[in-house]
Order: sequence, then C-alpha cells, then structure tokens
Amino acid sequence: MNNTLLSANALTCIREDRILFDQLSFDVLPGELIQVEGPNGAGKTSLLRILAGLSRPYDGQVEFNQVSIERERDAYYENLLYIGHLAGVKGELTAQENLAFNLQLHGEQCDDIEQALATVKLTGFEDALASHLSAGQSRRIALARLWQSDAKIWILDEPFTAIDKAGVIELENLFIKHVDSGGAIIFTSHQDMTIGSDRLKRITLDYHFD
Amino acid sequence: MTHSISYWQTFSNVLSRDLKVAVRNKGDVLNPLVFFIIVITLFPLAIGSDSQILTRIAPGIIWVAALLSALLSLERLFKNDYADGSLEQMLLSPQPLFIMVLAKVLAHWILTGVPIILIAPLLAVLLHLEEMAYSALIITLLLGTPVLSLIGAIGVALTVGIKKGGVLLSLLVLPLYIPVLIFATGAIEAAALGMPYAGHLAIIAALLVGALTLTPFAIGAALRVSTN
Repeated sequence: MNNTLLSANALTCIREDRILFDQLSFDVLPGELIQVEGPNGAGKTSLLRILAGLSRPYDGQVEFNQVSIERERDAYYENLLYIGHLAGVKGELTAQENLAFNLQLHGEQCDDIEQALATVKLTGFEDALASHLSAGQSRRIALARLWQSDAKIWILDEPFTAIDKAGVIELENLFIKHVDSGGAIIFTSHQDMTIGSDRLKRITLDYHFD
Repeated sequence: MTHSISYWQTFSNVLSRDLKVAVRNKGDVLNPLVFFIIVITLFPLAIGSDSQILTRIAPGIIWVAALLSALLSLERLFKNDYADGSLEQMLLSPQPLFIMVLAKVLAHWILTGVPIILIAPLLAVLLHLEEMAYSALIITLLLGTPVLSLIGAIGVALTVGIKKGGVLLSLLVLPLYIPVLIFATGAIEAAALGMPYAGHLAIIAALLVGALTLTPFAIGAALRVSTN
C-alpha cells in the first residue's frame, strides 16, 4: 500500500524571471524529517509555500493522499500545520487570545490554554499583549500550537528564528516525537541541528543564475 | 484526528477577534466616523446657511461622505492581517473561507457602517434635510453601507499584496459603488418630495442580497490570488 503523505510532482517555480527549481519531485512519507537547504534566495520559502498551497507552482502539482491539494483543500488543511516567516500573531491580542484563536481557527481543541503557554515558557505572560513581548516570545506563541496539534504534516519556515538554545533543543525533541508517531515535518533552518543526520532527509536547492 | 467546529463558531470567533483588535486600536474606529462628521459639517459653512440649497443637496452630501469614509476605512480590512501573517493562517484553515470573510466584513461594517448610521440623522439636521426624508435616509444607509463594505472587500482583497494600492483600490471599487449611490440618493429625494420610494429601496436591497451571497466567494478567491 502506498502510504505517501505528500508528494511533489515535477514542481517548477519561477520568480522574477529566474528559475528557482525545475521539475522538482519528491515524496514525504510518515516518519520523515525533511530539511530544505540552500543559500538565501534559492527558493526554500517558495517551495514551502507551494507545498502548503499558498502559492501556485508554475508547473507541476502537490498531492496529499494522491489527490491534488487544490481539489481537496479542506482534507489537506485538517492535516497541515504551517508556520511561516510571519507567525500570524496579532500584536493587539494577548498571548492567550492569540493562541486560543489560532487553535480554534484550525479546529484544534485545547481546554487549558495556560498549560499550553506554560510548555513554551510563557507562564506569567498570558495576559500580556503580544506586541509587548520580545520577538522570541511572540514566536513562541505561534509555536505553542505545535504541542497541541494533531496535524500529520508540519511545514515550518525557519522555526528556530529568535528562539533561544534551550528552546531549540525542546523543539528538536518535539520534532523527533512527532515523526516517531507517524507524522512528517518539512522545515528550513540555517542553524546547526543536534538531530543526527541519520534522522534527517535533506533537499538541497541550488542558486541558479540563468 | 482534528475536531471540527461548527460554521457558526468559526464565524463568531473571527468576528469577536476582529472587534477586539479594533477596540484596542481606537484610532482605527474613530477615523472614518470623524471624517464623515467633518465633511458634512464643512458643507453648511462653505455653502452658507441658505436652507433651500442645503435641503436640495443634503442626500447627496450625506451619501458621498458615507461612501468616501467607507473607502477610507477599507484598507484596514485585510492589510494588518496580511502584514502579520494571520491572513495566511486563515487561508490555511480547514474552515470554509467565505465564512471567515463574511465575519471580517461584518466586523468592518459594525465598526464603520453602524456609527455612521447612528450619527447621520443628527448631521442631517445641520443640512436641513426634509423631515419626511429621515426614514428613507436611515433605511438606505442600513441597506447600502453593508453593500459598500462587501464590494469594497473584493477590492482590498485584490490589492492587499500591493504596497501602495490606495489609488488602485479607489479605481476598482468606486465604479461599483455608483449604483448604490444613485438609488440611495434617489430614494431620499423621492421621500423628501413625498413620493413613494419603495422601488429604490427594493433595488438597494437586491444589491445587498446579491453582494451578501456572491462577494464572499469573490473575496476569498481574490485573497488566494493576492497571497500567491
């Protein structure tokens, strides 16, 4: 039986008349931890946005459970957690309100928001406006969803940005736990990981000059 | 397994979030209303206190001011959400996009349309609006301002990715506002002359129903294009 979660079929992406990647194909299986590598401007974010269905590839398609994601968005999005460069945290709302809204928006139940914020070391900041928190703290509000999510596929664009060293290790442990329980993670990062290279699958994008 | 929540819950979540954000950004709520008041109060000063002229042009002034103030406030509808990434999260939600869009537009109307409707009769006194025309004024505003928010939202959704989309937005949206403007002022003028104006109202109501049912899909599609 084919248990591929997500498959990219011959994706081509063109930005500003430059080919970022051409006929890129790969499969994402349960239990895979995939790091997308490449220099700045190589198209890492573009690839992740295409995989999440936010952008359309110039050519090719992304399939979730062998069905094009554009045809069955709802089914895909029930199983997808995407956190981009912009974390989707509103400065006018408190940490608690932000997390509660983001969880509800994706149909994830959480009875104890305070506990969820405690897991990302935000105890005592529940009622602070997100705009008053540091960059790392407001990033943590967005990342708190990871601990509550049942989504199978996580697509994370630079999840470690602004996160301290201890936080990065906790995230890595969570990643391992998620892939061990049958999930899959696709992420980009320029930071050195402590996760062994035997666990990581790498997709390397090169910078094309033509 | 993800737990599904009802459409109504999604709708009220988005609505209450938008209202909360707006209340904490007081300037955003007050700006369109203050603009509306300023424009209308300037007219009697500029034209003079000749009540006949004012009575004649009052419906037009009130509606043009309402229209421009709606246009001014439109950008806020999706711009901030686009800038901080929460729009992306909404597009990635398994909930139907048109429900969330409808909730956002309703929040926009509550914050910009309702205050104008409440204050318009007061400002109409300044303009010596014919007494018989007050009910027509209120009804046309009640039916017409939601249409402005709904149609305007398509324009904002299309231009949300553009840095300086203000002029483009006006160009896109204003022509679509014209029918509302014509029939609304027509209704008020008819009412001032003591003539029946139900026909005008029916057309504005039809515009509202059409906008309510069709625009959320257009707005959703436009948002997907803009974030591409």
